[in-house]
Amino acid sequence: MLRTTAIVAASATILAASLPAHAKDFRFAFQADANSMDPYNVNESFTLGFQGNIYEGLVGRGPALDILPSLATEWSVEEPTRWRFKLRQGVKYHDGRSFTADDVVFSAERVQKEGSDLKARLATPGVVDVIKIDDYTVDFVTAKPNPILHVEWETWSIISKGWAEEHNATDPQAVTGSEENYATRNANGTGPYILESREVDVRTVLRENPDWWDRANKRGNVTRVVMTPIGTDATRVAALLSGELDLAYPISVQDIERVNRTAGTRVLVGPELRTIYLGMDQFRDELLYSNVKGTNPLKDKRVRQAMYQAIDIEAIKSKVMRGLSNPSAMMVGPGINGYSEKFKRLPYDPDASRRLLSEAGYGDGFEIGMDCPNNRYVNDETICQAFVSMMARIGIKVDLNAQPRSQYFAKVLAPKMDTSLFLLGWTPGSYDSHNPLFLLHGCQNDSGNGQFNLGRYCNPEVDALTSQILSETDTDKRNALIEQAWTKTIDDVAYLPLHQQALAWGISDGVADIAQRADNVFHVRHVVMK
Amino acid sequence: MIALVIRRLLQSVAVMLAVALIAFSLFRFVGDPVAQMVGQETTLQQRAELREQLGLNDPMPIQFARYVRNIAQGEFGISYRLGRPVHQLLGERLPATLELSLVAALFALLVGVPMGVYTALYPQRWLSRAFLTLSLVGISLPTFLIGILLILVFGVVLGWLPTFGRGEVVDIGFWSTGLLSASGWRSIIMPAFTLGMFQLTLIMRLVRSEMLEVLRTDYIKFARARGLRARTINFRHALKNTLVPVITITGLQLGAIIAFAIITESVFQWPGMGLLFLQAIQFADIPVMASYLVLISLFFVIINLVVDVLYHVVDPRLRAERAVAMGNR
Repeated sequence: MLRTTAIVAASATILAASLPAHAKDFRFAFQADANSMDPYNVNESFTLGFQGNIYEGLVGRGPALDILPSLATEWSVEEPTRWRFKLRQGVKYHDGRSFTADDVVFSAERVQKEGSDLKARLATPGVVDVIKIDDYTVDFVTAKPNPILHVEWETWSIISKGWAEEHNATDPQAVTGSEENYATRNANGTGPYILESREVDVRTVLRENPDWWDRANKRGNVTRVVMTPIGTDATRVAALLSGELDLAYPISVQDIERVNRTAGTRVLVGPELRTIYLGMDQFRDELLYSNVKGTNPLKDKRVRQAMYQAIDIEAIKSKVMRGLSNPSAMMVGPGINGYSEKFKRLPYDPDASRRLLSEAGYGDGFEIGMDCPNNRYVNDETICQAFVSMMARIGIKVDLNAQPRSQYFAKVLAPKMDTSLFLLGWTPGSYDSHNPLFLLHGCQNDSGNGQFNLGRYCNPEVDALTSQILSETDTDKRNALIEQAWTKTIDDVAYLPLHQQALAWGISDGVADIAQRADNVFHVRHVVMK
Repeated sequence: MIALVIRRLLQSVAVMLAVALIAFSLFRFVGDPVAQMVGQETTLQQRAELREQLGLNDPMPIQFARYVRNIAQGEFGISYRLGRPVHQLLGERLPATLELSLVAALFALLVGVPMGVYTALYPQRWLSRAFLTLSLVGISLPTFLIGILLILVFGVVLGWLPTFGRGEVVDIGFWSTGLLSASGWRSIIMPAFTLGMFQLTLIMRLVRSEMLEVLRTDYIKFARARGLRARTINFRHALKNTLVPVITITGLQLGAIIAFAIITESVFQWPGMGLLFLQAIQFADIPVMASYLVLISLFFVIINLVVDVLYHVVDPRLRAERAVAMGNR
């Protein structure tokens, strides 16, 4: 009797050991694979977001995008140009190495090297020096005071110096040459998940890091993650519906109803930070693609406003986006510092548009060429087609040229800017208005000002405000400056903002809870499986 | 025969060079890889430097010459998208594509030939009519539609087969095979059917019309008159004589299967070369595109060569002609 009990007890122990009560697999698919496991390889949100399961930065962000301590426990501004970061003690890399200030200094060097696509993490805030004070204290010195030094550092992963040196990966992958960098397919972070195996474009497997420093506070219970990229929209949805996935994203707006109707799956919809907008060439003296010769009608604010007021944004929302968009008066959406409900869209009013056009001397309308991507944003080409028909109503004949993204970007982006009218989307990487004011509205010059200002809108007053915003450290004053700048650009009709598109993630009923971040970054640590 | 093989292999080099040249003259239209390779915060100057480093500013003939020179040294370059050597990527993807193509071709052949024979022998039976109607469907529906329909029916509604991927693979040296695991076989059924459907109908209709032709000839009538068994007549005498065009078409179609696996692979997320190529196009990943095209042209040359050799095996007349020609020299 006693023996039987012992055997039962022993087998129960074995069972418990081999099948931990909380062993949870999680399978998900995105439309593409992470390009690399090297966190400095490309500044692209899915790649960086996926790496964020393995690697960590000095600061982190929560589900609501709030800045949280991560590898740094606290930071303070010692002098206006010197920030001090206290590092977390007792953190171990996945290979067992300890995390110290040396790794931070090393990562600061590596991220600025040739081949790194994240040089801006330190270059944009103007970091000129990174100084190790002791093993767990690092100072960052900037050229000018910068109130938002660390806002993009969630995705500046701190790489182990010893590991990189051991594997000859102290430099990021070179774009030319023939050698593969060790860090391209291997990873050694401090984060909640450890890279177990990686087959590029096929399957990447992560397992839980049992020694993660914040494991006690982790909400999620996933112990193993299988990520499979699925490029075709229909196949991705089918895989979700057939129960082979727990999460598939993005789900195209056409499929949302079907996923919701199927038992066992549903779509999680939420706002995205990206703003979709139309830009106009306001620089050239004659448009590249128009029948108006000798002058540029888009330099006239009345023409821009006429186009704005002829856009039936509610029709785009209900017909093209099937309700999944948030019409926007601003070039930034809710969630970005500087967004304000105060700004309202100009009303949809084709009559006013016609009036404005005839005042500007284009009562008979004109012709203009438009560039549009057809595989970049949600229903991008359809939005452009809707725009074309709306413009036709006020006499502007738009000749649409919709192309795949690689051709499209080659044509419209600087240096060519070979366009008169274009559709683009923008997410400020810093979650702050300075980024779009600087990159989308700044008068173009060689130092990066207005780099994505493809229509070359230029208002020196806005530029002056933008540079004040950069170094104003008083939050209230700074926010007032941001509002002033937006008031000017909106008043100038610098762009025609359309909407923030919605995120749509398809999840299975096995998922009890998941955090959908507005920047479309997905971290497995927030997933609770039933 | 050996002279033929050597001659063909030499020709293949010329074919591959020509394909690479055409490919490079088209790459100007695929867009700008740099815009894809870097994030939005990369400055214009850094972009320009990258473009310069990659040699994208050079005239096309120079880019082409550099590519050929590197290939001659065994360097296929680094993928812009994945940062990995291209020959490794293609090597990893090759087994998936070849397995899928071979299974699809075998399926088309093993099902298509008997169906063709049957419809030729019994043109009036209802099963023949059913086969012919079915083949119309197979020939007229686009591949991606067949694939999506199969996924919907067998993957989503019935839940019998996996909707994407290759299942479990086993590595044997450099070759990864999905044909040794149950999940691998379950995964290959739908893609192979989708890919082989068109060839199946083609082969069936070809065999049928050739058979009908041959069955009308005198020697078949004489064979019947001699009282040979129907099976001997149909298969030994009739079918064998229909095989030359069938081999030609099947061979050429095998090349087509490998080359056009692109669509099937993308529908089923099959991790083969076609999928890699499609992603490379979207990314303007020039090293991958160029090497893929060169590799595919090599396949076509090799397949044509094998087909030529098979003619000689199947058709004794060709051997005889050659012998006569040699004798006359």
